[in-house]
This record gives sequence, C-alpha cells and structure tokens, in this order.
Amino acid sequence: MVHARRGGIGRYYDVNGWLFVAPALGLIALFMVYPILWSLWMSFQAGRGMTMKFAGFANIVRLWNDPIFIKALTNTMTYFVVQVPIMILLALILASLLNNPRLVGRGLFRTAIFLPCVTSLVAYSVLFKGMFAPDGIVNSTLQAIGIIASPIPWLTHPFWAKTLVIIAITWRWTGYNMIFYLAALQNIDKSIYEVARIDGVPAWARFTHITIPLLKPVILFTTVISTIGTLQLFDEVYNLTEGKGGPSNATLTLSLYIYNLTFRFMPSFGYAATVSYVIVVLVALLAFLQFFLARERDR
Amino acid sequence: MRTKSTNILPALFTYGFVGLMAFLSVFPFIWMVLGATNASIDIIKGKMLPGEALATNVANFFTLVNVPLVFWNSAKVTILATVLTLAVSSLAGYGFEIFRSRQRERLYSAMLLTLMIPFAALMIPLFIMMGKAGLINTHIAVVLPTIGSAFVVFYFRQSTKAFPSELRDAAKVDGLKEWQIFLYIYVPVMRSTYAAAFIIVFMTAWNNYLWPLIVLQSNETKTITLVISSLASAYYPDYGVVMVGTILATLPTLAVFFFMQRQFVQGMLGSVK
Repeated sequence: MVHARRGGIGRYYDVNGWLFVAPALGLIALFMVYPILWSLWMSFQAGRGMTMKFAGFANIVRLWNDPIFIKALTNTMTYFVVQVPIMILLALILASLLNNPRLVGRGLFRTAIFLPCVTSLVAYSVLFKGMFAPDGIVNSTLQAIGIIASPIPWLTHPFWAKTLVIIAITWRWTGYNMIFYLAALQNIDKSIYEVARIDGVPAWARFTHITIPLLKPVILFTTVISTIGTLQLFDEVYNLTEGKGGPSNATLTLSLYIYNLTFRFMPSFGYAATVSYVIVVLVALLAFLQFFLARERDR
Repeated sequence: MRTKSTNILPALFTYGFVGLMAFLSVFPFIWMVLGATNASIDIIKGKMLPGEALATNVANFFTLVNVPLVFWNSAKVTILATVLTLAVSSLAGYGFEIFRSRQRERLYSAMLLTLMIPFAALMIPLFIMMGKAGLINTHIAVVLPTIGSAFVVFYFRQSTKAFPSELRDAAKVDGLKEWQIFLYIYVPVMRSTYAAAFIIVFMTAWNNYLWPLIVLQSNETKTITLVISSLASAYYPDYGVVMVGTILATLPTLAVFFFMQRQFVQGMLGSVK
C-alpha cells in the first residue's frame, strides 16, 4: 500500500517535472548545445561556402600563420587586460564613496553613474563616435582647457582608436559593476569601518584592507562577467570604427573577425568556427583561472 | 568640530571626484539631446548650445526612415522574445525547484554550463540552420534562439526558493491541477520576480544587435538598432538625424528604468551579460 502510493506520487511528480522543464531544455538543446557541437565539427572542416571537407587540424595550423587573427587576438587580450582592471577599480572606489550615508545627494549620484546602463551598445557607440570626431566636443574641450595642443585623431590612429574603445566600454559598464559592489557593501557591518577609523587607519588602507578583501567574491564574479563580455566584444567596435576593425585592424576583435570571415569576405565557415572556438577556450580558461586564483589566495 | 575640520579635504575630494564621474556619465545624454537640435556640421564641431534644427532633423529622420514600421519591427521582436522567454523560463525554473529528481538536477547543472558559451561560436551554425528552415529575414529567426535562456531559468529557480510551499499544499487540497497552481497562484505571487526578469529580457531584446544584423537583411524587417547603426555608418552621417534616432531608441529603455527603478536594479544585479 505504502509502496504503491509512493510509486504513484513519484511518477506523478516526474511527469509534471518533465513537462515544466521540457520547453526550456528543448530550446536550449536546439539553439545552444546542437550549434556549439556543430561548430566544433565545422572547425575540422575546410572549404569555401557550403562545400566543405574534413581537414584535420589544418585550421588550427592556419591560425598560427594568420597575422589578422594574431592581431585580433592581441587586441581582444589588450582590451581585457587594460580595460577590466581600470573599470573594476573605478567601480569599487565609486561604490565605497557612495556607500557613505553622510554623503549628500548620493541617490542622485548613484542614478547618474548608473544611467549609461540603459543605453544600447549601438546607441552609445554612435554617440561616442560623434563626440570623438576630429573637431568634436571632446577634442575642442581638451584644447580649450589646454591639455592638448592639436586634436587627437581618435578614430584614425591605431593607438587612439583602441583607447577610444576602452574609454567607451568603461563609460558604459562602470555603473553596472558599481551596483554589484554597492549591494555587497550593504551587507558589511558598518562597525568594522568605525573601529578602523577610531584606530586611525587611513581611508585608502580601509579600502585596500577591509573593502577589497570582504568584497572578493563579488569582485571575482564581476571580473568573470566582464571577461566573458570583453572576449565577445563586437557592437562597439563595429559601430565606432566603421565595421572594418579600425585603422590597420587596430580595433579588430575576435568576434568581429569571425563576422568578417563569415559574412563580409568569401564565407569560410570552417576557419571562422575555429576562431570562435578560440573564444570558447579562452572564456573557459580565464573563468577557471580566476576562480582558482581566488581560492588559492583564500588559504 | 574636530571631525569637521579634519574631514574637509577628503570631503572636497569625494564630492569633486563623484561629481565629475556623475557629470561624465550623464554628459553624453545631454550632448545627445542638444545634438538633436543642431545641424550635423555644428554637432561634429562640438557646439554645446541648443540650436534651431530640431524640426529639420526630426523631419529628415521621418523621411529617411519608415519610423512606424521600424518601431513596429522592434516592438514585435521585443514583445515576442520577452513574453516567450518569461513563460518558458518561469515554467522551467518552477519545475526544477518544485519537482526535484536526480536526472533533472544533472541536466540543470549541464544547462548552467551553457552560460559560458559565447554567441560568436553559435552564429554560423544558427545562420545555416535558419537558412535551411527558410527563416532568414524573418522576425521568428531573431526571436527563436533567444527564448531558451539558461540564465533566466536560473533566475526563476533561485527566486522560486522563496515561494511558500504552504500555498501549493493548500491549492492541492482544494483540488487544483499542477498547471492551475502555476498559473493562478505562482504567477501572481511571483510578480516582482517577473518584473525584474522582464527588465533583463526586455533590455536584451530591444538592444540586440549582432544576431539581427546577420539575420535581417531587408529594410522592411530591420529594427531601430540596425537602422541607427546604418545611419551612423554612412560616409557623411547626418548627426542631427542620428541623434533623433538614438533618442527615440533609448526612450523605451529609459522609461522602463525610471518607472521601475527598483526592479531595474534588481534585474541588473541578477543579470549576466
């Protein structure tokens, strides 16, 4: 009796369980799992357009001898290595300053700094392209203040084009990261800071010795998100630098290169799939590395 | 008194720094609004005063762009994606949390791994799939791959942990079927979760760019994001017109932000790019 009932309930639970999760799992299998396996298979194929044949590791060999790929990889890594730390440090400083309840108008400051998050990646890229035009508002302001003597060629010089992409991404995402840190700071006992203050610990030391260690899990989480985002960078570069990857490919990213290989040049699906797997491997490696480093430092 | 005099310099620094950052964050918005009132030539020369070209810019924008159609396209894609994603993901999040089984837990963990898959690695197979299905240049092709979202399922499952089990028990005693419990009890009780998830999905769908850029190839199907991008990539873009476009494209998300600020931040905190 008991057994029969339990079996009955078990089956009843199970049928319902599967019915509820089936649509989501089916869609994810069809539009995520199947394509990602297909692109793995494709990365071992070579050929133009739809006529492809097995090529073994030829695509991987081609990667090493492809200066444009190396360029795109270097650029993507540069964005990641330079931009992510700047943005995270800036967001942390802003969050700890805005966490002070005695700061007048902090709600207003918070909203203002968060506001860039409502813009689409395309819209803000277009705005930045106009603002950083040769005679645009940024150059004319910098000249008026006397910081620079002649206009900076933001859009046409390799170094400055890269700098512009970094400035733009930092503008868009700093407030977003700040929100995570503000939420985490709410959970830190205020008395820790009071004690440190009474003991005469200076503000900067309170930041590096209290705030950063306590926020480590959140910092790690946001670093992983930002890493994955940066490695996939496309919209900004495509819209800031005319879709080609900027002056002499200075801003070209891996995603943009894949797009170019597939939709701009003669389609070469196999090779493009190989480049896309470079991103897959990098995302997995960096996420793993960041978790590993954080765990090591805990000991 | 003592604290006041020693704190004046740090306070000055704090207000200066935070104020500067707030100004830099808001400045492009001001520039966008001022830009819409100026002629293109003045905008790229860095003019920062309101001008008289607003009516001309708006008129030009409406002649260059079939505004009702473009907005209809964006709205259609966004509404379809949002409604379907919320429906499918909340069902799954509820299912995973309420009906536990070992097999489903394994599938759930496997599903979370898909969060690490970059879109760049999916776009070629997806493009070929849509081509074979004859869906290139349709809005269905834009929406379909976005509905099954591991992240939104995760978000709903996490929130379902707070769903009181007494409500389910009471409903069962009253003889409600499982789908009725979900529809008539879970959905209304969890409306704040739906609101936060709505914002994540709405923002993503409204601003989606790379995938629509690949799939939507005719002017009749393009969304506002694609239109702005192509207006701005002209050899000599008319920045006055571009500014009108960016304002119109940003207004819906800005409105959602100001009317649902609390849920917006909540949604952002839970969202993974």
